[in-house]
Amino acid sequence: MSSHAAEPVLSYEEALEQFDPVMGLEVHVELGTRTKMFCGCSTQFGAPPNTHVCPVCLGLPGALPVVNEIGVQSAIRIGLALDCKIAPWSRFARKNYFYPDMPKNFQTSQYDEPIAVDGHLDVELEDGTYYRVEIERAHMEEDTGKSLHVGGATGRIHGADHSLVDYNRAGIPLIEIVTKPMPGAGARAPEVARAYVSALRDILKSLGVSDVKMEEGSMRADVNLSLRPKVAADATGEAQLAVPLGTRSETKNVNSFRSVERAVRYEITRHAAVLAEGGRVLQETRHWHEDTGVTTSGREKSDADDYRYFPEPDLVPVAPTPEMVEALRATLPEPPAARRKRLQSAWGYADLEMRDVVNAGLLEVIEETVSAGASSTAARKWWLGEIARRASADAMDVTAYAAERGVTPAHIAELDGLVASGRLNDSMARQVLDGVLDGEGTPTAVADARGLELVQDDGALEAAVDAVIAANAGVADKIREGKVAAAGALIGQVMKELKGQADAAKARELILAKLGAS
Amino acid sequence: MTSDLTRLTASEMSDLLSRKEISSVELTQAHLDRTAAVDGTVHSYLHVDTAGALAAAKAVDEKRAAGADLHLMAGVPIAVKDVMATKGLPTTCGSKMLEGWIPPYDATLVTKLRAAGMPILGKTNMDEFAMGSSTEHSAWGPSHNPWDLTRIPGGSGGGSSSVVASFQAPLAIGTDTGGSIRQPAAVTGTVGTKPTYGGVSRYGLVALASSLDQAGPCARTVLDTALLHAVMGGHDPRDSTSIDAPVPPVVEAARTADVSGLTIGVVKQLGGAGYQAGVRARFDESVQLLVDRGAKVVEVDCPNFDYALAAYYLILPSEASSNLAKFDAMRYGLRVRPEGVDDPSAEQVMAASRDAGFGDEVKRRIILGTYALSSGYYDAYYGQAQKVRRLIADDFSRAFEVADVLVSPTAPTTAFPIGEKLDEPMAMYLNDVATIPANLAGVPGMSLPSGLADEDGLPTGIQILAPATMDERLYAVGSALERALVEQWGGPLLDRAPDLTAHPSAHPTADPKEA
Ligand SMILES: [Zn+2]
Repeated sequence: MSSHAAEPVLSYEEALEQFDPVMGLEVHVELGTRTKMFCGCSTQFGAPPNTHVCPVCLGLPGALPVVNEIGVQSAIRIGLALDCKIAPWSRFARKNYFYPDMPKNFQTSQYDEPIAVDGHLDVELEDGTYYRVEIERAHMEEDTGKSLHVGGATGRIHGADHSLVDYNRAGIPLIEIVTKPMPGAGARAPEVARAYVSALRDILKSLGVSDVKMEEGSMRADVNLSLRPKVAADATGEAQLAVPLGTRSETKNVNSFRSVERAVRYEITRHAAVLAEGGRVLQETRHWHEDTGVTTSGREKSDADDYRYFPEPDLVPVAPTPEMVEALRATLPEPPAARRKRLQSAWGYADLEMRDVVNAGLLEVIEETVSAGASSTAARKWWLGEIARRASADAMDVTAYAAERGVTPAHIAELDGLVASGRLNDSMARQVLDGVLDGEGTPTAVADARGLELVQDDGALEAAVDAVIAANAGVADKIREGKVAAAGALIGQVMKELKGQADAAKARELILAKLGAS
Repeated sequence: MTSDLTRLTASEMSDLLSRKEISSVELTQAHLDRTAAVDGTVHSYLHVDTAGALAAAKAVDEKRAAGADLHLMAGVPIAVKDVMATKGLPTTCGSKMLEGWIPPYDATLVTKLRAAGMPILGKTNMDEFAMGSSTEHSAWGPSHNPWDLTRIPGGSGGGSSSVVASFQAPLAIGTDTGGSIRQPAAVTGTVGTKPTYGGVSRYGLVALASSLDQAGPCARTVLDTALLHAVMGGHDPRDSTSIDAPVPPVVEAARTADVSGLTIGVVKQLGGAGYQAGVRARFDESVQLLVDRGAKVVEVDCPNFDYALAAYYLILPSEASSNLAKFDAMRYGLRVRPEGVDDPSAEQVMAASRDAGFGDEVKRRIILGTYALSSGYYDAYYGQAQKVRRLIADDFSRAFEVADVLVSPTAPTTAFPIGEKLDEPMAMYLNDVATIPANLAGVPGMSLPSGLADEDGLPTGIQILAPATMDERLYAVGSALERALVEQWGGPLLDRAPDLTAHPSAHPTADPKEA
């Protein structure tokens, strides 16, 4: 647990009555390149400490960096996906400061000549409206090593007996995506922040440039927030936008969508309490505490934070040709939001149905199931109904569950085909699914092995119907009198007679015809 | 015979080796013997690798005996400046900061030397992290000029210049950031080339100023210099700033030595006030010799060269302040615990180690560079210096429109006495006034002996500069001039240097800074 004195906060509603929040988000993404940004070392996560290192990423005297071309291409593709301009000429710069986990005591980054500038991302909010996030820049840089503080109670440097440094992470390529200040969100600022980070993750995922796992730190957000006096009811009005920005705090390493939302909300209430008391917000770094949902002071920013940036003389400028940029643009996938819209309309899902599919992470799976021949309704019903229910009984994510049990979109399409062709009814199909999940083979193989097949022999069905009518004269009379609903009881008996392998619709038809009620 | 082997040129050694008239072991041992005899007084080496050199020599001899196809220079031993990373051999850069550091990897050019079968005799002395013009800033004491042991052998590569001048090695690797190959060559009567920036890989060269540093060859003749240039040059994918083109035809140019029809530009700004009379006289005679051999002479105006020194002393310290940040006691090298601190933080250990490990000149330049890069000062200092740098490159471009090569005295004076300029940084910096413009513009430059100054009998040097990537012109002109001069002198200049074995126990006083 983190221990710290609670700072005063205002209620969210009070805060928003008096102040207008303005956010800025800096998102760091670890690229999924095979090798590091400036050397040939592996980027594989979880290797024993200091096994993925070489003279370059250890910063040994004399070693020189060489730019990872795939890293540059990924950066350009990210820039293009965010509608940025790609700089025809960009440079790396050295950001100089001393820190034990930084081998060269400077970070190779980009400063005033980034690879991508001036983009935007339209993010959809809960109510279906959009907020345009202006992107200031996306630039390339390298990650630092990782310090492990040993011997203390907290795992932090204070009180530790000694520290160990693992340089496996040093030199892993990062892209930093920086928004411009985001005004006009008003009370929806926390929601906008979450929606932005989520939309950004979707895009990065669709580009295949990163595994974007916030929980593993391959995507992390820094939340900048400031408040300014609220002068108008309309947060997007000219009067409000003209008010100068307040002093900002910078909350570092917020590692989930929900935390981004909570951190913005918390900082709004904390700043508001300071300002409402007539106090001054410190320009400082804050740490986010997942457990308690608060931020605590890191260190105050000061003039001493002079990184003495200058162009990295060991690297040549990155100058992508227009042809290269266009070739990379041609590799961009359909933007995730547009793709969702297109699929929703093609599948005829209601908004809520579509949201459930997306939230369950089943978009790709359903797309594949449909393209394998299933109806969109059936695909949703099987995946979101039957398989999701079984997965949640095992406390598993539905896609992980499907992967573990070996059930594929092709299986579900085949199963749907067996129902549509009249070979199986729903209850038989569910039994077949169980067989598939138990590894008994494809749906057809399971149905064959278990002898599951609707009775197609009209003679057998008719005989069963006659027998059931004869045995239930009272019910039959009611049906004859027009109480058609009573047919259900007879259908159930016919099914029983035929061990469930009857076509219920056909049985009903037959019963009603024989009793003159159709 | 053995005692005479060290007097041969590298080219002659190569011939004898390939004709199997001598073995590499024999040749290497002769140089090791010479070192044992004279390096107590000259102090060219920081580390001699007797076992490694002999093992490499033996390996070459065995391959040759087995009829293997060997490199032209196979078996010719060489000394390497201590600023190059050498796997398994100490690499200190003349600093206490790196005492005991043994690199786990070879610099690219060292890999090339090993691949060519050139035994590495040892690592040569230098000013700490290549900051200086005299080797007096070496943490391990200065090297001495074989012409006069009380004088400096130039710097920062005074170990490499003195090692070839004292016949301890026929060849040596140097590095040149503002003249550290050429000025030492000039004051020791030897030859040295700073290739075009990017012509030789910097991978494994412990950086002083990345945009200025360039490794190059040191030798006693122009042809030997070319032979080594050809071994060490060429593209290296590990160095992004390395030129992706074949090494210029330097050896052919040195052999042809043809200057007929070439236009030689004498740089107006380099050679006037502040240049010693003897330096100036030998320079003028050399230019005349080139004219006699068919060259044409013009004077070229490079007005921005006047600002080169100022720009250089902003760019170099700026880059150095960042390059030397890695020496923080965390992973290698010296580690000092701060005194009177019970539980020091990493930052306190870094500060104490840097305070103890770096010498005054290094600290001076780190402070200068840190200041020049600070926010609020960047534009006025680093930014302005970069503009001057572009203007100097423009001066070169214009000069090379009218001249094929440019010439000047290499250094304003002959070798000065050890200790004379140690407390006057500006006087020391002025030594490189003629060599610095080439580093700022990235063009190649060579220094070769032009004679001895009448007033002190010490060697003087002439500098030749060529357009970027046209390094072969240095060798054509240098070789032609060398032939004319040697003819005039009646033999190599170094034949007139004192016999160092005559005063074996005359070890001069140690570096006053070290005491
Ligand atoms: Zn590496």
